[in-house]
Amino acid sequence: MKQVHLAAHFPGVNNTTVWSDPRAGSHIEFNSFAHFARTAERAKFDFLFLAEGLRLREQNGKIYDLDVVGRPDTFTILAALAAVTDHLGLAGTINSTFNEPYEVARQFATLDHLSAGRAAWNVVTSWDAFTGENFRRGGFLPQEARYERARTFLATVMELLDSWHGDEIVADALSGQFLTRAGAGKFAHADDHFDIAGQFDVPRSPQGRPVIFQAGDSDEGREFAAAAADAIFSRHATLEAGQAFYADVKGRLAKYGRSPGQLKILPAATFVLGPTDEQARELAHEIRLQQVTGPTAIAFLEQLWNRDLSAYDPDGPLPDTDPLPGENTTARGRASVRMYRDPVATAREWRARADAEKLSIRELIIEVTGRQSFIGSPATVAATINHFVQADASDGFILVPHITPGGLDEFADTVVPLLQERGVFRTQYQGTTLREHLGLEAS
Amino acid sequence: MTVSGGRRLHLAAALDGSGWHPAAWREPGARPAELLTAGYWADLVTEAEGGLLDFVTFEDALSLQSDRRQHPDTRTDRVRGRLDAVLIAARVAPLTRHIGLIPTVTVTHTEPFHVSTAIATLDWVSSGRGGVRVKVSARQDEARHFGRRELAAGDNAIPDLFAEAADYVEVVRRLWDSWEDDAEIRDAATGRFVDRDKLHYIDFAGRWFSVKGPSITPRPPQGQPIVSALAHRDVAYQLLASSADAGFVTPKDAASASAIVTEVRRWQEAAGRSGEPVRLFADLLVFLDDSAAAAARRRARLDDQAGAPYRSDAAIFTGTPAELADLLRNWQSAGLTGFRLRPGAIPHDLLQITRVLVPELQRRGAFRQAYESPGSSSLRSLLGLPRPASRYAAARGLEASL
Repeated sequence: MKQVHLAAHFPGVNNTTVWSDPRAGSHIEFNSFAHFARTAERAKFDFLFLAEGLRLREQNGKIYDLDVVGRPDTFTILAALAAVTDHLGLAGTINSTFNEPYEVARQFATLDHLSAGRAAWNVVTSWDAFTGENFRRGGFLPQEARYERARTFLATVMELLDSWHGDEIVADALSGQFLTRAGAGKFAHADDHFDIAGQFDVPRSPQGRPVIFQAGDSDEGREFAAAAADAIFSRHATLEAGQAFYADVKGRLAKYGRSPGQLKILPAATFVLGPTDEQARELAHEIRLQQVTGPTAIAFLEQLWNRDLSAYDPDGPLPDTDPLPGENTTARGRASVRMYRDPVATAREWRARADAEKLSIRELIIEVTGRQSFIGSPATVAATINHFVQADASDGFILVPHITPGGLDEFADTVVPLLQERGVFRTQYQGTTLREHLGLEAS
Repeated sequence: MTVSGGRRLHLAAALDGSGWHPAAWREPGARPAELLTAGYWADLVTEAEGGLLDFVTFEDALSLQSDRRQHPDTRTDRVRGRLDAVLIAARVAPLTRHIGLIPTVTVTHTEPFHVSTAIATLDWVSSGRGGVRVKVSARQDEARHFGRRELAAGDNAIPDLFAEAADYVEVVRRLWDSWEDDAEIRDAATGRFVDRDKLHYIDFAGRWFSVKGPSITPRPPQGQPIVSALAHRDVAYQLLASSADAGFVTPKDAASASAIVTEVRRWQEAAGRSGEPVRLFADLLVFLDDSAAAAARRRARLDDQAGAPYRSDAAIFTGTPAELADLLRNWQSAGLTGFRLRPGAIPHDLLQITRVLVPELQRRGAFRQAYESPGSSSLRSLLGLPRPASRYAAARGLEASL
């Protein structure tokens, strides 16, 4: 039986996070992060995961105010969390467009030292000049150049991390020898994106390299993951879609001389638990209503239509006009449905469905956006998660609770013990590093 | 001479590796193989907090330690290798409750946006004890690590680096203010999480960078975490005067301390900040023992091991903690807020500070007997600095009243 891997995504700035719930706490105070991390560690999760955003989102030229707004700096909060946990992996999303390899390498090497080997990096690229307005480099990269830069950025960071081998420091007070040799950390890298050389200043960390995540789902993203990542963060809701993705990505590994176990596939998943499956379904519907309020439904519609639809009634029918073509000028700073699908065709599809099923705007948006992945009693959810893993639809899941910071507590208390009873989830951490938790070889 | 009564002084410890003397790592009690571990730094900061210090600073640079000014050296007999200072500060924050945490950040090659959110986050994870020491880099090797810019040569090179640092601090500060304190409203009735009228674009455009804002991180507990810099000369004094809450200066004696204080105050006036307090700390490198002779012997032994007498940009004090207490009281009268002591060797000189010097100063009524608030302290409150309102809130208030 395959072992299930589980991770916890700190609730983010999407409408998945229900901030209006009376139990919802701060998204910025350290106590929230500490509570969440301690719950994940108590449940023997592999790691905690943080997303990234480098500019506040806007819609219709104004800061988007319907979802949680604001987050801490990724490296800083993970370093602090290392102080309140002992085993939990600490995974941060860090952009390769608005950072420099030398600095990112020293931050990950430092995080890995300060957490005794628990650091992971979700490598992402930014998409627009909108985010660039906050940075020295500014500007933006064309689509192809983004992956090219991400690839070479990652390769350069690895060269920096590998510039120390781990045997240089002897620190022998008697003889006065601190290093075994001069020149540790020497590097030189030149390509179209980076021309840098010198000596890296952070000696080799416990894991050597952080665990590498990749989140893109495009063909290029899959190839990038197969070549260079330890884990892939995907979104495939159904068993069949998950299996197809799993087979596709694992099938790409051989040409890079890698075995299937060297790349873990960990889709993001939401969940709703109830005493019975029926009660969980009712609760899930209530949560969907909280996640998709009337204003949120209109905002979603505007993201596809690319125009101001504030005059529409969320409880009324969809607009009979078509979306505006071209670059999305309505919603900025987020990945939207327009990036992956033809807006006009999608709008017609949505309209047809709303007509056929007699759905209002809000009802339709509830149906077409992010239904919860696992809904049911703890027994049902544990069985379903295990089924997905054993059927090769994934190697586990990155769970995204909808309440901060207590949204993981119930899962930890009820589902995890059932997975443990089935013998598919650890009851104690076996190793100390994140690589060990994930069953990855030392780098 | 014992000076009793008078103003209390403030004390900080400057942490760097196993101490500032290059041979310190070979001393008994040193932990040279643990310099890259969290436990080492947690122990040092806990010790400093036990001594009721105002804050600790963490040295850093974007290059390996070197005895050469522009390039790496080939020495194998000194501590080489370090960790990112901001992350060390964040790592120890949850383990302490009162002491301020001031990591060093090189501004020449980093993004003001990232550093602003990082220090804001340090302030959040420490409940209001965060700060930053900004530092410029004129090193060729560091520029090559980034490959983004050629460092200019000529008369304006250094002044330009400091002018850029001032712009950098301006951006960092505007971003801290870009969320008003009460921007998060969680108004379920209207579905709004924030009041976007209380989030502000900073629209900074300067010679070196433009930054739009607002920050991604809500306004930190202190509003404005402490910005500090080390300054040896006029361009750096101007940076203190225009941009800092605290400055580290390097007088050689009480008279030069007085001259430096006067010069910084003059620059403050020129910058239109004469009314704002800028806390000035004199840096002193210290070798402390029970007798002056023992301290001198230890320093000589360290120099022997290093193969050369230790030189420093700061004055070096060698003697007993009681003698140091005399000196501190004497220099303080020049108008200094306090002192940032650089321990020659860690743990020895750090323990001398926390366990001998501090009680000595307490006996003289010159240092706090306890942190004032029982729960936790903010660094601004330890330094007697008020919590400023967001500049944008103030501007809005003005608009509303017109």
